[in-house]
Amino acid sequence: MAFVALAIPSNRYRPLLLPITAIAHTSMTVFALTRPDLLTTNEWLMLDPPGRIVLLLVSTLFLLCSFYTVGYLKIKVDRSNRAFTACLLSFIGVVSLVTWSHHLGLMWVAIEATTLVTAPLIYFNQNQRSIEATWKYLLIGSVGIALALLGTFFIAYASLHEGLESTLTFDDVLRIAPKLSKPWLHAGFILLLVGYGTKMGLAPMHTWKPDAYGEAPGVVGALLAGGVTSCAFLALLRFYHICHVAGDSDFTAKLLLFLGIFSMALAGVFMVGQRDFKRMLAYSSVEHMGILVLGLGIGGPALFGTMLHVITNGLTKGVLFLSAGNIHRSFGSKSTDQVRGALRRLPLSGTLFLAGFLAITGSPPFGPFISEFAILNGAFAADRFVVAGLFLFLLLVVFIGMGATVLHVVQGRAGPAENQVPYRDGFLTAAPALVCMLLVLMLGLYIPPPLRRLIEDAVLYLEAKP
Amino acid sequence: MTDALNAILVIVLVMNLFVLGTSRILAVINTVATQGALLGVIPLLVHTHLTISVVLTSVAAIVLKGVVIPSIMIRALRDAEIKREVEPLIGLLPSIMLGALATAFALLFAGELPLAGEHQSALLVPTSIASVLVGFIILTSRFKALSQVIGYLVLENGIFIFGMLLIDAMPLLVEMGVLLDLFVGIFVICIIVNHINRAFSSLDTRLLASLKE
Amino acid sequence: MTEKIIHVALLLILPPLLFGVIGKTKAWFAGRVGPPLLQPYYDLIKLARKSMVFSRTTTWVFRAGPVVTLSAALIAGLMVPLGALDSPIAFTGDLILFAYLFGLARFFTTSAALDTGSPFEGMGSAREVTFACLTEPALFLALLVLAKASGSLMLTDLLHGPAEGFSSGMVAPLVLVGIGLFIVLLAETCRIPVDDPNTHLELTMIHEVMVLDHSGPLFGVILYASSIKMFVLGSVLLHVAFPFKTGEVWIDVSLFVLEILFLSILIGTIESVMARLQMRHVPYLLIAATLFCSFGFLLLVR
Repeated sequence: MAFVALAIPSNRYRPLLLPITAIAHTSMTVFALTRPDLLTTNEWLMLDPPGRIVLLLVSTLFLLCSFYTVGYLKIKVDRSNRAFTACLLSFIGVVSLVTWSHHLGLMWVAIEATTLVTAPLIYFNQNQRSIEATWKYLLIGSVGIALALLGTFFIAYASLHEGLESTLTFDDVLRIAPKLSKPWLHAGFILLLVGYGTKMGLAPMHTWKPDAYGEAPGVVGALLAGGVTSCAFLALLRFYHICHVAGDSDFTAKLLLFLGIFSMALAGVFMVGQRDFKRMLAYSSVEHMGILVLGLGIGGPALFGTMLHVITNGLTKGVLFLSAGNIHRSFGSKSTDQVRGALRRLPLSGTLFLAGFLAITGSPPFGPFISEFAILNGAFAADRFVVAGLFLFLLLVVFIGMGATVLHVVQGRAGPAENQVPYRDGFLTAAPALVCMLLVLMLGLYIPPPLRRLIEDAVLYLEAKP
Repeated sequence: MTDALNAILVIVLVMNLFVLGTSRILAVINTVATQGALLGVIPLLVHTHLTISVVLTSVAAIVLKGVVIPSIMIRALRDAEIKREVEPLIGLLPSIMLGALATAFALLFAGELPLAGEHQSALLVPTSIASVLVGFIILTSRFKALSQVIGYLVLENGIFIFGMLLIDAMPLLVEMGVLLDLFVGIFVICIIVNHINRAFSSLDTRLLASLKE
Repeated sequence: MTEKIIHVALLLILPPLLFGVIGKTKAWFAGRVGPPLLQPYYDLIKLARKSMVFSRTTTWVFRAGPVVTLSAALIAGLMVPLGALDSPIAFTGDLILFAYLFGLARFFTTSAALDTGSPFEGMGSAREVTFACLTEPALFLALLVLAKASGSLMLTDLLHGPAEGFSSGMVAPLVLVGIGLFIVLLAETCRIPVDDPNTHLELTMIHEVMVLDHSGPLFGVILYASSIKMFVLGSVLLHVAFPFKTGEVWIDVSLFVLEILFLSILIGTIESVMARLQMRHVPYLLIAATLFCSFGFLLLVR
């Protein structure tokens, strides 16, 4: 809760508070990860291994984004950044709360809060299109989150029905999971999958995503794609865990595999011929959520890859959205009809965008390659050959679809200069993306032992049946 | 106890249909307000012994659902000076029929669900499912931003009813969090509604169609 | 025997008073003094003393219409228990007859209207019959729910309910049926929001347009019959809404009178605060009534 306290009093002035908070947050996170025994934990707030992974990711991403934001807000001096800064700060607060919370109700409240604090962020540009995006985001997100609440209630009722002590504390639910009433558990899981799936942006509940990502500032897109979706995934992971312990893996696997494949296929279809590169990124996010859910659905051997993919996807999305934001600003357009030759005009951002594209589509030697490869390996190890085949095929489709758009954007000659903005890569706006990219590259070449241990812990934690 | 509870729940069901079948948005808001206030009474009936937290939940629900949120919405209605007609995608009669089908489905479906003995006779579960479904119908079939908010409210009411089954199990914090989030959510949505109005001079979400494939 | 005499006396004397109470309530809402409570009686007496005018195109059907309507309403009234009083006529399955008496009355009213050959009255008849198609299922379903709940097909037993009172699971269906019956009552007696009894010369009206050509005593008969109809349906509704009885005859009777007067005040209030529905929206209301009754049935049998 210290993080929330940190975020709220600093709600006031200038964006410089962001890096300060971010550094403080990251250092506290690192501290929390290295010295878990020193943490004040109770039943409601506890940092378990999957939570640690997401917390680490969000914290890193937020640190980089906070520097970017300072640069970004310097460009947009004409607009009051008070609400923007306040929302960003509360964002990191509630996201940390999601990762810490060990109570299903509390977690729900925190996730709902992420919806509320990110809505004004999407609305930052205050034009008609951003209103539309915000409206869709809020409405669809709220409905999803309402269904998730209903699902949570169902799970709670599943324990009440069997005459067990009714509880929503995660550890207690895990303990009694095998005894839960099956119909209620199944109904609850479906609702939760739809609810948190909406928040993650799984197809077919993804409709808010292209709009929100397309209209939000690049930095918000990065935080949404890397942070909020990971949090929602964490929430889903918790319920997957419950069902797994309850011995319902078969049931959940079917649903998860289907949704995963469906999301990837749908994203692939929409990515081919997409003319708006920010919307294309949104569909890429849909695809990667599909990959995550797919990995979860395969379970067992693919879990390591899935957890790794949470990190690599989050970071790569950071690169892509930040550099796409730069390109967007420089060209004043998101359409591939007008944006060409980004490599020439913005050498750094253009390169990063291209590299990010290669990374996100799973080309070696970047991080996502390793994680996607691990998931694929898991699929073969679990004897799911059809799934693995579809997975490979869809990755190929996505690669082609995305490649066409990205190459169009970065290559060629910059068009006539009618709607040019005098913008060039600055240190603050390009460096965070660069650092992010280097992290992704590093993860592809070498996974640091502490991180590897963290992920293995998480996998063990998820596999274990108390 | 069960009698009074069932009577209230049946009235809630009737109100769902009324919301579906009424074209005047002010009347719809008032109905939803009454529905919310009625729901606020339920915690008192579900509980055999009254505790402070239960009374608090009840009072908070009545005040928020019955007074605060409707007045915010009426205010948005007045500020926006929208014409007071609900414009459904499907006609009023078909939406009533859909709502009736949903309700009938909920009544039959809930009979199949395994329920704990004490909840067998009460209509909590069917009413909850029916309200959620009706909320969905309103959300998907109405174009006006405010009507969609109303649909969301009906949906939330349905979830609130289900929460009544668990009021023993859920600590006060979660209970209040539910209400608080609902409140904040609606509040933010209303602000957005005002912005929509300023930008589009209409609350018609059909005009929100510039972002699509 | 006294009970039967009371029953008949109530049935004959009380109904016009309901119109008086409704009129007074509406006047109170409008801030007027309004006509005296007994005005409907004066009206009836006045109409009885007038002479009648018959169009040359009309036949005996025109004259028979009001008379048959009145007698149907009276017989229906004899079959319904008023409050705690048992009905003078009772046999198994009488609820079917009860429902069809209303159908008979409607048939003759509309036939009499058609008999005049006036396009207005034909239009009114068409509307009346159209809406009746929607109210009758609601009424039947309501009676069905009550029959199922009390396990009897005799109106007296059915409306009084089982001796030990309705069991606790019955409350929800009864509330639904009560709402449905109230809408049926408003529709059958042509009150707002279905029809406006005060308009006589608009294209939008339903019932009043059918009786435009009746005059003098025959028109009085029509007014009297419609008041009885409201009285009968009202007492059916009261059984569902206030199923209390003390066992003491006189207390029960006065309780019943109070209840039905309260019902009239309620109707008057509704007429004062609501506007008449658009004609094309009326079916929604009636279908809703049918739906409520069928939900009641569903709840009962599931």
